[in-house]
Amino acid sequence: MSTFLQYLFSGLTVGSIYALSGLGFTIVYNARGVVNFAQGDFLMLGGMVTATLVPLGWPLPAAISVAILITVVCAALLQRFAIAPAGKADPVSLIIITIGASIFIQGIAQNVMGRNQHIVPSFSGDTPVHFLGASLLPQSLWAMGGAAALVAGITWFFRGSLVGKGMQAMAINADAARLMGIKTGSMLLLAFCLSGFIGAVAGVLAAPITTTVYDIGLSLGLKGFVGATLGGLGNGFGAVVGGLLLGIMEAMIAGYVSPAYKDAVPFVLIIVIMLVMPQGLFGSRLKDRV
Amino acid sequence: MLHQVFSKHRLSRVLLCALGLSVLSFGSASAADPIKVGAIVSATGPASFLGDPQEKTLHFYVDAINAAGGVDGRKVELFIYDDGSDAAKANSFAKRMIQQDHVDFIVGASTTGSTMAMVPLIEASKVPTLALGAGSVIVEPIKPYVFRMPHSDRLAAQKILGDMKKKGITKFALLSDTSGYGKSGRNETQKLAASMGLAIVVDETYGERDADMTPLITHVKQSDAQALLMFGTGQAPAIITKNFRQLGLKIPLYATHGQASYEFIRLAGPAGEGILMPSPALFVADQLPDGDPQKALSVKYKADFEAKFKTDVSTFGGYAYDGLMMGLDAVKRAGSTDKGKVRDALEQTKSFVGISGIYTMSPSDHGGLDISAFRMVQIKDGKFVEVK
Repeated sequence: MSTFLQYLFSGLTVGSIYALSGLGFTIVYNARGVVNFAQGDFLMLGGMVTATLVPLGWPLPAAISVAILITVVCAALLQRFAIAPAGKADPVSLIIITIGASIFIQGIAQNVMGRNQHIVPSFSGDTPVHFLGASLLPQSLWAMGGAAALVAGITWFFRGSLVGKGMQAMAINADAARLMGIKTGSMLLLAFCLSGFIGAVAGVLAAPITTTVYDIGLSLGLKGFVGATLGGLGNGFGAVVGGLLLGIMEAMIAGYVSPAYKDAVPFVLIIVIMLVMPQGLFGSRLKDRV
Repeated sequence: MLHQVFSKHRLSRVLLCALGLSVLSFGSASAADPIKVGAIVSATGPASFLGDPQEKTLHFYVDAINAAGGVDGRKVELFIYDDGSDAAKANSFAKRMIQQDHVDFIVGASTTGSTMAMVPLIEASKVPTLALGAGSVIVEPIKPYVFRMPHSDRLAAQKILGDMKKKGITKFALLSDTSGYGKSGRNETQKLAASMGLAIVVDETYGERDADMTPLITHVKQSDAQALLMFGTGQAPAIITKNFRQLGLKIPLYATHGQASYEFIRLAGPAGEGILMPSPALFVADQLPDGDPQKALSVKYKADFEAKFKTDVSTFGGYAYDGLMMGLDAVKRAGSTDKGKVRDALEQTKSFVGISGIYTMSPSDHGGLDISAFRMVQIKDGKFVEVK
């Protein structure tokens, strides 16, 4: 039992990072129909800027705030100067633009903050917490709690606030939303800022666990994307469940089968799931038929 | 107009000087030519953690040698190229160094892959090369013109397993990553453990970018392993270390010389306390007894490097230092830059004191280091301390 619990905690910790990474993809995908491959780099920026500022004597909360701010500005610039000028370009061109942006961000980051591995100190120490024979680090609780809080906040934003409802309307039908007086341009900008914010928070929460480096966005972003696809691309709830599921599958397979198959088996499962349910676990079947 | 007069004037002076020089050095025309050193490092790309300190070290010491008058009165000219961690580029730069720059010897490349990509060309054009890649394929089988500076993973495994044996450990767990370094290290450890009578009770591999290792550590915890050895590079060993403490394991934790860096101490934080690893003298230089042949050199290299570049010294920069200095030493002993003579001199290198250890080459050993190149060190209060 305690072994199972240990694997479960491991899966939930990693899974909540994947979930947050996937959630960022979802927001931009809904707003513009584009998979933003620079999403992983938002995670990197959050972690790296914090890790760079803390050794310079910045208090942790201040460093984190600045890191999030920088990432949001970066996301806004990406939308303003790379995505918006492309106008009505098809999604494939936009995806290529985001890949370019990702390489650009990594290039700047490695020149400004170095190519070394960095670490962000754990928010509340490294003394493990014991629970029913399993132990977990306080930072894991931060990651899971942070992910839960962020998901709750985003859910409220989309369901409860007028701006959020406007964004949803745009996701459902951009032309109709524009006719209804919703400013789609600023909505798009907001969507990128939001995904930058989520990415930065995820990056900061993950950095004490995973450590961080200028190209870590590649692996974290990819896992987030897989999680989001598993849950149904475009569905926020699905992205979170997909991310958590991916993390738990990895941990269980590493624990009960072999760490060597850890990456292979979830991907095989994903292929099977996608064959049976092409829209993902929670993706709406209707959307693409319209 | 004035400019022209001046430059004409200067030109004639230069010509005169050159004429005088060539008359003076008649008979040994090559003596005043610079010694041309070629270098290929991975200053950018994934292997930049190797190539970046190597590039810095080479520039710094070539400048220092020239400021002090060069080698046997000859200046040293450095032709350095960055292969961007790409083996194909290393090959084309090697071609350029050999055919256009006419280098006398080569230091590099940083990685095993890049080095092996240049080997056929080097062997065909017979240019002595001091490789900075660590793989055993570089020197096994022996290639007449290729020598290797870094410690091999076999040497590291020998040092670690020897230490285990000394502590009375008979069963241990091995976690290795799926990179070339981890794979080759796992292979060497398995062979060595079998011959030394040690049992590997848990033998698992992990991905270099894995974010959490608790399932692996759980396996170790459930086994009867008396020690854990992790063979890998990058951030993963730091994550393993944290998970190891998280699950409250009390057995000795061993790392390899890949973790002998101040960066690892920072990444692992308090969890890193007590980890054992083989390390070159560099990281315990100030604690060495005064009689130690490597002490003065290691202390000076560390001080010079850190003062000049404001960043921590690393084992990898040390390999470049050893390569450059051993190459120049061979030129000195050969009395010329004749490639065949330099090669012979390199092969006869005996008790050459470097940063990474004391090298003795032979026709059957182009690595030159033995187990004395490693000191067993432990992290204590955020510092490396030698354990006897």
